[in-house]
Amino acid sequence: MNPGAALSLRDLRFGYQTEGPEVLRRLSLDIPAGTAAAVLGPNGCGKTTLLHVVLGWLAPQAGEVLVDGRSLSQIPRRERGRLMALVPQAEHVPFDFSVLEYVLMGRTPYLGVLGMPGDEDHRVALEILESLGLAHLWRRPVPELSGGERQMVTLARALAQQTPILLLDEPTAHLDLGNKGRLLDVVAGLAGRGTTVLFTTHDPETASLAARFLVLMRAGQILDAGPLREVLDAERLGATYGVPVRVVEVEGRPVVLLDRGPAG
Amino acid sequence: MLWPLALALLLVLVFSLFIGRYPGPGFTPPRLLWEDELARRLVFSLRLPRLLAATLLGMTLGGAGTVLQTVFRNPLVEPGFLGVSQGAAFGAALAILTLGSGSPPLATEAIASVFALSGLVLSYALARRLHFGGWVLRLVLAGIAVSALFSSGVGVLKYLADPMTQLPAITFWLLGGLSSLTWTGLLYLLPFVIPGLTLMVLMRWRLNLLALHDETAFSLGTSPGRERALVLVGAVAATAAVTAVSGIVGWVGLVVPHIARRAYGADSRVALPAALLIGGIFAVLCDDLARTLLAGEIPLGILTSFLGALGFALLMTRARLRVSR
Repeated sequence: MNPGAALSLRDLRFGYQTEGPEVLRRLSLDIPAGTAAAVLGPNGCGKTTLLHVVLGWLAPQAGEVLVDGRSLSQIPRRERGRLMALVPQAEHVPFDFSVLEYVLMGRTPYLGVLGMPGDEDHRVALEILESLGLAHLWRRPVPELSGGERQMVTLARALAQQTPILLLDEPTAHLDLGNKGRLLDVVAGLAGRGTTVLFTTHDPETASLAARFLVLMRAGQILDAGPLREVLDAERLGATYGVPVRVVEVEGRPVVLLDRGPAG
Repeated sequence: MLWPLALALLLVLVFSLFIGRYPGPGFTPPRLLWEDELARRLVFSLRLPRLLAATLLGMTLGGAGTVLQTVFRNPLVEPGFLGVSQGAAFGAALAILTLGSGSPPLATEAIASVFALSGLVLSYALARRLHFGGWVLRLVLAGIAVSALFSSGVGVLKYLADPMTQLPAITFWLLGGLSSLTWTGLLYLLPFVIPGLTLMVLMRWRLNLLALHDETAFSLGTSPGRERALVLVGAVAATAAVTAVSGIVGWVGLVVPHIARRAYGADSRVALPAALLIGGIFAVLCDDLARTLLAGEIPLGILTSFLGALGFALLMTRARLRVSR
């Protein structure tokens, strides 16, 4: 494997039914440590499945996931909870847990089966809420928060796990422009401080805003993977989405547009 | 804070010891315990085991209700819905029909428990084989199907029963009550109820995680499937045991968790013990009414349903009720 990789996927095959169609087809990938990596691809190409296999929630039919060179299947559950955290696409919280109670759930990997969060866990949870500018929400019931606040609180819950690897599934799918910008800033900031971030998105702008490393995915396979600047070009994106696109530079940042020819 | 609730339960228990219909309806003066042999026997051989059983009944139903509502992420679930209540009813009806008057003590209870537990096992087995929906929906569907099966069985047994003797016995059993409870009946409850309650209390914080989606709970380093099965079996086995002894006592397991969550918040670290205490208080008070209000016994299930439904309606139409912490 690549020595600088935090996560390596080796010849992964996965299908939801053993006889059924394969969702991931002989997929190999190295995610460099301490960067934000985006998995970009059309709806239904297997991004979420890929994330769940990386998490260990879905077991691949063949191939393996390596975390820092160790096979994921060999890592005990609790330790895995201290290695990787997940921000799911839409976390539904059915009861009126307060923000603090919810974030404290992120401390589970540091507690025994009968354990309960203590002072240290409260301190970590409050510190994370503070750092995300959410401290004022701590007593509010999670189901009453706005969509943007809720996504940030879900992120806070994942950060309370204090893991070197963070997985996010379509983190900005339901967010407005302002909330999207705030969330992506946090994600980019985490990567800047050494966390390996892997997030999925169907939106090229989200990828180009927060990621340094880009993975293009289509129909269960990796089309291309590499530094964002090299991979984000019109030809490759066109092949990924099956529509002609243009990539233009705006203030030094690549922006992806649908190619519809001149207006009028 | 939970100590006011614990204190309230204790007070209710002591107070209830002196409530009854001896020497007259209402209050039994405590001095009679020294003066009157009959009063002493009444309080210690009849009222005390019955009060303790009512406490355990309310605690189990309140706690198991909290567990099931959390695990199923559904606030409308009752602890008996996984085939347990109807299974127990079928077992009890079968026992009433087949056992004569000379049957050994607790035979009805034992048969009812066997069928209550088999209701749970059947529901689980059926849910595993259903090809539809996620596991929550599958278990709910399986529970409904198994309950319907047993309840039609109860219908058949009622139809076959002798309308003068057996049918009233079945009907009264279905309405629930603790009137025939003795120390032996109480002892029979303990091996199921104590482990069940202990498990719930020990895993009360962990229970929160089971309200999240499985992949999230998994990402937190837990094994959601295994932990869920463990708390469910503990909660439902205890429910089966109390149902076998008390008959169907409705609404406690549905309303009490709501009251507890409303008053103490959703975190089951506090909400679960609160549900245990509130359930105990509610069941003891209802049982006080059941045995005191009329010269004949009022079936407990009627009172818990009436007061529970009334309380539920009041609670849900009120704005927030919240104990400050």
